[in-house]
Amino acid sequence: MASSASENRLLLSKIATNEKHGENSPYFDGWNKYNQNPFHLTENPEGVIQMGLAENQLSFDLVEEWIRKNPKASICTAEGIEKFRNVANFQDYHGLPEFRQAIATFMSKARGGRVTFDPHRVVMSGGATGANELVMFCLADRGDAFLIPSPYYPAFYRDLGWRTGVQIVPVDCDSSNNFKITKEALEAAYEKAQNNNINVKGLIITNPSNPLGTTLDKDTLESLVTFINQKNIHLVCDEIYAATVFSSPKFTCITEVIQNMNCNPNLIHIVYSLSKDMGFPGLRVGIVYSYNDDVVNIGRKMSSFGLVSSQTQHMLASMLSDEDFVEKFLTTSAKRLAKRHGVFTDGLEEVGINCLKSNAGLFCWMDLRRLLKDQTFDGEMVLWRVIVNEVKLNVSPGSSFKCVEPGWFRVCFANMDDDTVEVALKRIRAFVGQGKKAQEQAQVKSPKKRWQSNLRLSFSSSSRRFEQEGVSVMSPRMMSPHSPMPHSPLLRATT
Amino acid sequence: MRMLSRNATFNSHGQDSSYFLGWQEYEKNPYHEVHNTNGIIQMGLAENQLCFDLLESWLAKNPEAAAFKKNGESIFAELALFQDYHGLPAFKKAMVDFMAEIRGNKVTFDPNHLVLTAGATSANETFIFCLADPGEAFLIPTPYYPGFDRDLKWRTGVEIVPIHCTNSNGFQITETALEEAYQEAEKCNLRVKGVLVTNPSNPLGTTMTRNELYLLLSFVEDKGIHLISDEIYSGTAFSSPSFISVMEVLKDRNCDENFEVWQRVHVVYSLSKDLGLPGFRVGAIYSNDDMVVAAATKMSSFGLVSSQTQHLLSAMLSDKKLTKNYIAENHKRLKQRQKNLVSGLQKAGISCLNGNAGLFCWVDMRHLLRSNTFEAEMELWKKIVYEVHLNISPGSSCHCTEPGWFRVCFANLPERTLDLAMQRLKAFVGEYYNVPEVNGRSQSSHLSHSRGQSLTKWVSRLSFDDRCPIHGR
Repeated sequence: MASSASENRLLLSKIATNEKHGENSPYFDGWNKYNQNPFHLTENPEGVIQMGLAENQLSFDLVEEWIRKNPKASICTAEGIEKFRNVANFQDYHGLPEFRQAIATFMSKARGGRVTFDPHRVVMSGGATGANELVMFCLADRGDAFLIPSPYYPAFYRDLGWRTGVQIVPVDCDSSNNFKITKEALEAAYEKAQNNNINVKGLIITNPSNPLGTTLDKDTLESLVTFINQKNIHLVCDEIYAATVFSSPKFTCITEVIQNMNCNPNLIHIVYSLSKDMGFPGLRVGIVYSYNDDVVNIGRKMSSFGLVSSQTQHMLASMLSDEDFVEKFLTTSAKRLAKRHGVFTDGLEEVGINCLKSNAGLFCWMDLRRLLKDQTFDGEMVLWRVIVNEVKLNVSPGSSFKCVEPGWFRVCFANMDDDTVEVALKRIRAFVGQGKKAQEQAQVKSPKKRWQSNLRLSFSSSSRRFEQEGVSVMSPRMMSPHSPMPHSPLLRATT
Repeated sequence: MRMLSRNATFNSHGQDSSYFLGWQEYEKNPYHEVHNTNGIIQMGLAENQLCFDLLESWLAKNPEAAAFKKNGESIFAELALFQDYHGLPAFKKAMVDFMAEIRGNKVTFDPNHLVLTAGATSANETFIFCLADPGEAFLIPTPYYPGFDRDLKWRTGVEIVPIHCTNSNGFQITETALEEAYQEAEKCNLRVKGVLVTNPSNPLGTTMTRNELYLLLSFVEDKGIHLISDEIYSGTAFSSPSFISVMEVLKDRNCDENFEVWQRVHVVYSLSKDLGLPGFRVGAIYSNDDMVVAAATKMSSFGLVSSQTQHLLSAMLSDKKLTKNYIAENHKRLKQRQKNLVSGLQKAGISCLNGNAGLFCWVDMRHLLRSNTFEAEMELWKKIVYEVHLNISPGSSCHCTEPGWFRVCFANLPERTLDLAMQRLKAFVGEYYNVPEVNGRSQSSHLSHSRGQSLTKWVSRLSFDDRCPIHGR
């Protein structure tokens, strides 16, 4: 007898059958449109350009060169094979000592050497995804909550809350002060949680910020430290974009701040990763660094669920302890990010599109409020569908980051080559230009008509169809960074 | 307010158990052939170190796999970026082919039903997250791998209820034991979601019989629950009877997608034991149920396999010449090594359960106990660790219901070290107990020891799992 689907559902856990992984949003257009029609400079120049993926692809040449020159770093080459069996056998959750040391040193260098890190506090995890979840498992029980300033990385919903049962309480930030976190916003969020009998265990910040691309200033950081100490709650600092800071102000990490303040160190925890700074998301290197000995101890035991492959540890231990290489990489990477950022933001400015002034990250926080027909999230969705379907750029709408103001979009710039950036800018110019032209025409005909509505009319009927659909605010491509990349050459399986 | 979570503050990670304490003692004073000849010999670690040379020689002949290259081109960038939780297709194909080959190609696996995880540790935890809610339970035959207390219970909040197996029938699972466990769970108001077995068994070192597998299938079918078969030792079945996978039995019974139970049978696999690569963190979940596969795939985000490692192993496991040779040679060397251990133990007057798989023997030291109690077992264990300087794993840490059994590993050390360990053991037994050599029979004999003490009345010392487990611990 075939089992019924609903009977089977009962046999699975609530976690397996609820939607709290956040990947099932009714709206897949952006992702699917890209997958169905991916841009290629020569083979598919009319395809959708992927600008929803925060990857750092600008500096692989430096790494490849290093690998070529350092065959010993691989346990599989003739030069390195003598290490094979010991490394392959090594599953100690403390990690290879040289790996931990290299990570601590690298973290320090990524912060300009202004602070140092103790290798004994380095705990491995399955990427930053695993690190964030691990920290929650250590600090909070089911039903507890963490405050998170919005806009925030959408997958936090899954990483922090799916299996842990921890709730997210957003701390609203808006453009009135460039999305800075204010004491008032923190207090308001905290009080709201208290009034709803929600037990707040901590605050989690991303610094540099995703999606804003900005670093937190020292004053803000100090006020956050004061806040969490007053409330006796934890502060988790996700610093995975630390080395993507490409212009001033320089990055101020939490370690620097607490060194000069009266702060209970047991409340301070850092999440780190090599996925963004080095461009290594596939290698799954996540780090939890805590100033709380108990968290280090327990976190280490939990790391069994997501250790870094010893093969990868071995290679990276060698790579990241090569001081010359690290110096060269960090400097060059920052330069290239700065340049790419400049090309992109200049290109946008030319057509009157502004971005939040940023100095870090792999993306810009683009202000398209004036292009909205309605200053609502519905309006934002309408514009988004136009951008995906007509302009053929997959960008990420601010609502998916829980931004409280409609009209902001995150657009990534470091996951493509220069030529593709040019094409993207050309399309944006054309799109905005068309809008302006339509506006001028409308003003000639009927000066009172808003140009935005004519902008809408200038596109195909398909865009109108989408306006009637329900609003969903998740871009699944962003929600599930581990979704298929059907155009990776690695997916053309050979048997 | 408690500053850390319950997970962080109670010891439900299980790492305070004697299983791990023995390791700690070893680490303080590890044996070294030259530098520390009196140190503790590690025999509590189920690792397979016997066949690295085969992998190393393959690597020497296949440099491309090592150098992030494919067809002469560098694919480093693509690998470094590849974080798709569906895994490298070539790797998954190679994995399922390898799994089929280990099972004599009697069954095949669909790569789209395989989910990669960071080791079997992660695979087991992920399965429990998918199949059970906090406060629900899984039944597990004793003795079982001590790490299950952490892997299955810790962060999931799910309980383990033991299925008691005893020496009376070679620790095989019986219908009675299954039913009793189920009733016990009900008595404690625990909803049973499934049974988890390890086949081949850790710590027994035996493969499950066809009868046991039929029994399990009938049981889960009848109760409408899941069956997880942890088959991470499937490639270590070195002598007869040959390994039978639960998937094979499903096939025998003509169970396919038209049968309910087909969707409720799942397999855990890993390359840590068969290939001796625990450092690479390669685990896998296999399920016929699309929903389980879908949920587990998303969850694997928390512990994906490094793309660098997927690439290397994809090349390795796709080489059928290597896999064929490896499987055969692995069996041969494990068999020989086990024989050496058994004979060494016999010389010390110690026998073990007749094992045909795994990286360890299930050793019978009941006759060396001062009394038939777990206290006596601990006493003996401490002597063995602190005086004989051998780290072996006491049965109580594996939740065995009968005192006196120990798991002793044989594949994680050189042969000469194993010989030394046996010499030490023989000397110890000779000095304390004056026990004659066993004549090679696999059944243990109850010899009274030199102190002339008779066995005290058998006291049942319940491990904490035998009582109704405390929720929220």
